[in-house]
Amino acid sequence: MNEVYSINGPVIKVKNANNFHIMEKVFVGKKKLLGEVISINDDHTVIQVYESTTGLMPGEEVICTGESISAVLGPGLLGNIFDGIQRPLHAIYKQDGIFIKPGTNVPCLDMEKEWEVDLKVKVGDPMRFGQIFGVIQETSLIKHRLLIPKNISGDVIMVKPNGSYKPEEVLLKIKDKNDNIHEVTMIQKWPIKEPRPIRDRLSLSIPLVSGQRVIDTLFPIAKGGSAAVPGGFGTGKTMMQHQFAKWCDADIIVYIGCGERGNEMTQTLEEFSELIDPKSNKPLIERTVLIANTSNMPVAAREASIYTGVTIAEYYRDMGYHVALMADSTSRWAEALREISGRLEEMPAEEGFPAYLPSRIAQFYERAGYVKTYSDKLGSVSIIGAISPQGADFSEPVTQNTKRFVRAFWALDKELAYARHYAAINWNLSYSEYIGDLSKWYNKQVGVGFLEARQKFITILAEENKLMEIVKLIGKDVLPDDQKLILEIARVIRVGYLQQNAFHKDDTFVPLEKQLKMMNLILYLERVANNVIREGKAFSLLLNTNMFEKVIKVKYDIPNDNLDLFDDYYKMIDDAFGAIK
Amino acid sequence: MNLQYIGLKKINGPLIFLDNVKGIGFEEMVEIRLENGSVRHGRVVEINGDLAAILVFEGTRDLSLNNTVIKFTGKPMELGLSKNILGRVFNGIGHPIDDLGPVYVEKYLDINGEPLNPVSRLYPKNYINTGISSIDGLTTLIRGQKLPIFSGSGMPHNELAVQIVKQAKLTGSDASNFSIVFAAMGVTNDVANYFRRSFEEAGVLDNVVMYLNLSNDPIIERLLTPRCALTAAEYLAYQHNKHILVVMTDMTAYCEALREFSSSKGEIPGRKGYPGYLYSDLASLLERAGIVKTASGSVTQIPILSMPNDDITHPIPDLTGYITEGQIVLERELHMQGIYPPIGVLPSLSRLMKDGIGAGFTREDHQPLMNQLFASYSRVMDARSLASVIGEDELSPADKNYMEFGRLFEKHFISQGFVNRDIKDTLDLGWNLLSVLPKEELDRTEEKILDKFYDHEKAYYRFELNKNLYIKELKKEEH
Repeated sequence: MNEVYSINGPVIKVKNANNFHIMEKVFVGKKKLLGEVISINDDHTVIQVYESTTGLMPGEEVICTGESISAVLGPGLLGNIFDGIQRPLHAIYKQDGIFIKPGTNVPCLDMEKEWEVDLKVKVGDPMRFGQIFGVIQETSLIKHRLLIPKNISGDVIMVKPNGSYKPEEVLLKIKDKNDNIHEVTMIQKWPIKEPRPIRDRLSLSIPLVSGQRVIDTLFPIAKGGSAAVPGGFGTGKTMMQHQFAKWCDADIIVYIGCGERGNEMTQTLEEFSELIDPKSNKPLIERTVLIANTSNMPVAAREASIYTGVTIAEYYRDMGYHVALMADSTSRWAEALREISGRLEEMPAEEGFPAYLPSRIAQFYERAGYVKTYSDKLGSVSIIGAISPQGADFSEPVTQNTKRFVRAFWALDKELAYARHYAAINWNLSYSEYIGDLSKWYNKQVGVGFLEARQKFITILAEENKLMEIVKLIGKDVLPDDQKLILEIARVIRVGYLQQNAFHKDDTFVPLEKQLKMMNLILYLERVANNVIREGKAFSLLLNTNMFEKVIKVKYDIPNDNLDLFDDYYKMIDDAFGAIK
Repeated sequence: MNLQYIGLKKINGPLIFLDNVKGIGFEEMVEIRLENGSVRHGRVVEINGDLAAILVFEGTRDLSLNNTVIKFTGKPMELGLSKNILGRVFNGIGHPIDDLGPVYVEKYLDINGEPLNPVSRLYPKNYINTGISSIDGLTTLIRGQKLPIFSGSGMPHNELAVQIVKQAKLTGSDASNFSIVFAAMGVTNDVANYFRRSFEEAGVLDNVVMYLNLSNDPIIERLLTPRCALTAAEYLAYQHNKHILVVMTDMTAYCEALREFSSSKGEIPGRKGYPGYLYSDLASLLERAGIVKTASGSVTQIPILSMPNDDITHPIPDLTGYITEGQIVLERELHMQGIYPPIGVLPSLSRLMKDGIGAGFTREDHQPLMNQLFASYSRVMDARSLASVIGEDELSPADKNYMEFGRLFEKHFISQGFVNRDIKDTLDLGWNLLSVLPKEELDRTEEKILDKFYDHEKAYYRFELNKNLYIKELKKEEH
């Protein structure tokens, strides 16, 4: 029997054991706490325990299972909320009450629920990994395509008729080359730290449209891409992740609250249940999987939550869906790595983080991609990871290492957040490398003017940045009129365009068409004003027309469903500036 | 099974080590009987085969390797609770120190608590009216929230906490069902007395439970003090349906105790010597706030922490800010100007307020007012930094106007003394102040709200702008 020898927080050691495998799932002690083997040497085996070890005694038994920590994949994931090791929180609440008790044991998915299955194969069909063999209407929004689990290929020798089945009932039998017979149910397990295989990686060419102007216009992310959102506390990371989860045009959202606040997770859950997806008129929760590992839940489960989430995302991708995964926050995950590494007494690298931090970050973000799946469909996983840098200092290891592996970087700024300029994305520090890959799409789908207008915006903002250096020293009044105009237009862009009100019914989500019209209007304002100034008229006269304020408020004054109103503004500008004597 | 052992292997700082122990559990409580018969308490913090490390809460002074008797209790530390704890005073590990004898115990609870299932929580939405403009108006406190006060030595955080406790009015029918749990960690006797006196003056002493670990009490006990307090709070809220406000001061002293414990255990230190698990440890305390579906009570936390050297990027405020739902930051500059409460409104934030304000809670104009005040006040900061370079006289008229707005805002809105101000007065005052600025400058607000609340004339008279030099100049320029 394997016995617990030493206990130090979530890390326990077992002496003189030789039947463990690395990354194997184990049950520890009388309470059957879930654990994972993380290192083995000839003397002892180290296990990290995913639950609180209070009360555990040396000498209690450690049971091997022979399998890795795996996600349980099948219908019933959508609309559900899990903890970091995929225990269903609704079911736990029903069983245990308001607190989560160590060793609680509830099946990940509801195994009693019956699903209406439409089987797509017949006896004799050859099947292999990843092929679709049946379809279930999982929620009113999403069809769950049942996939052949791994290590199974061969001919179908038995198939059930269409009808209602429980998840664990055998639907198919497949005979492989060696005449072994495999039974297939709706449920399959997948080790969370192993990426699900794909047929082909495709290049990224379609943006993940979120209706957030600063992102869609200045720093877009591609479907299948990855982005990082670093920001100190209070800069609106969570808010931004929520906005993205609510409005982006992915089919499925996987939202991971990793070391998050409990109240915030409850809010996410309530909000997503109430909010109606504008495209389908169904509650958002029907396309969402939530993973909540709040900051006071055991630290090892926090580490696992990221992998659990990405495995579920990949599973839906393999059915041919576009999945957006939000991880809030990856810093908490990195800190969980650090905490466990410290307990293992490993040699620390930068700031106490383990030396393998960069490779772990890379492994995570590399699970994003736009792919052709084994079911011969197109699907994608896009990853948006929030980072909470210590002291809001972007030079710390998690931010720096993440920067190396993501191609869009949305730096949140304290100053902007203090002024309640949301989304507080600093346009001077942020970037997106996807813009080149996406240019074709923008030109074709939104219009050729979009990227040009974007470039002009960037130029104006850069010029403002330069001019502000001077203004900070000598004040705005001494600048010549044309430079004053640049500052004013930059203000219009900042306040009227980049700043977006998540609580306003029209402003919370802005379609690309309106974004383009807004940009064109602002640039028209700039052109006309410039001409007026070149004619030698004073800048203050332009300000008095109040046109700048009018254009700033366009985001509120023109509803998303009546974009024709833009035409009136062109005339208003002409009239107002034309009247200047 | 109660095991007893005699003699220790090693003593190191607050830790004692025992050899050849069997059948003990991780984080189990122990009683330590000294040679002279006195009893101390400890907890198993590490087990390595038959070697156990035990943390002694009262310190290891006078302990010797021989003749010390260690008794294992077989269970983690539990706190005996009943409704009778209200009005009582306990030490840092939950023993009564008010000479009123032991408490009748209805239930024993593990002080470490268990994580609340997010599904069982109710999202907090009811605001607590503190009567302080800069809190009610700009960083609204919500029932079930954890909102720390970031302060520094010498600033009036205790006064502010007391004022909040005194003035805190719950909205709704169950306003009377309100109690306070107070945890002092490493604060001086004076501070503890100040709180006790203030509770007395407010006539709430019968509704207060105090857990005191003062600066001259054993340091390691501090690790248990907030846990005892929160266990009591959870018990009263979730089993007796009370609304509990937990005031904990000073969290910095708690973190220092944790650092001392960690270093004597020989752990690898993280930032500034604090252990790598400081975040998880703080979270295990601060997350114990909220409202659950099965009870009508709530736990609201106001932890107070003094920022070493007023540095908000120090690990303690930094990590706390990532766990709590916002923060109230006190600023020394305001304090020096005699402004009370010296709340720095720009870095202060309440994350839960967005759903607890507006129509049906406070007033429909609350959200736009707040956004506009933040935006305009941050413009004041720009103007001030410019003025510090080129002098105030050289500023543009618009910037001068902002300077004036900033002064009035600080004088009338932030500075309010110990007055209890109604939420309606706070909101009206806010609009009056914004009306000092030209209407076009209020670019965060929708026209129809401005039409209803913007009134320059009123502001002109309320703040006697006709006596004001800058505004006069501005008026002249207009003509």
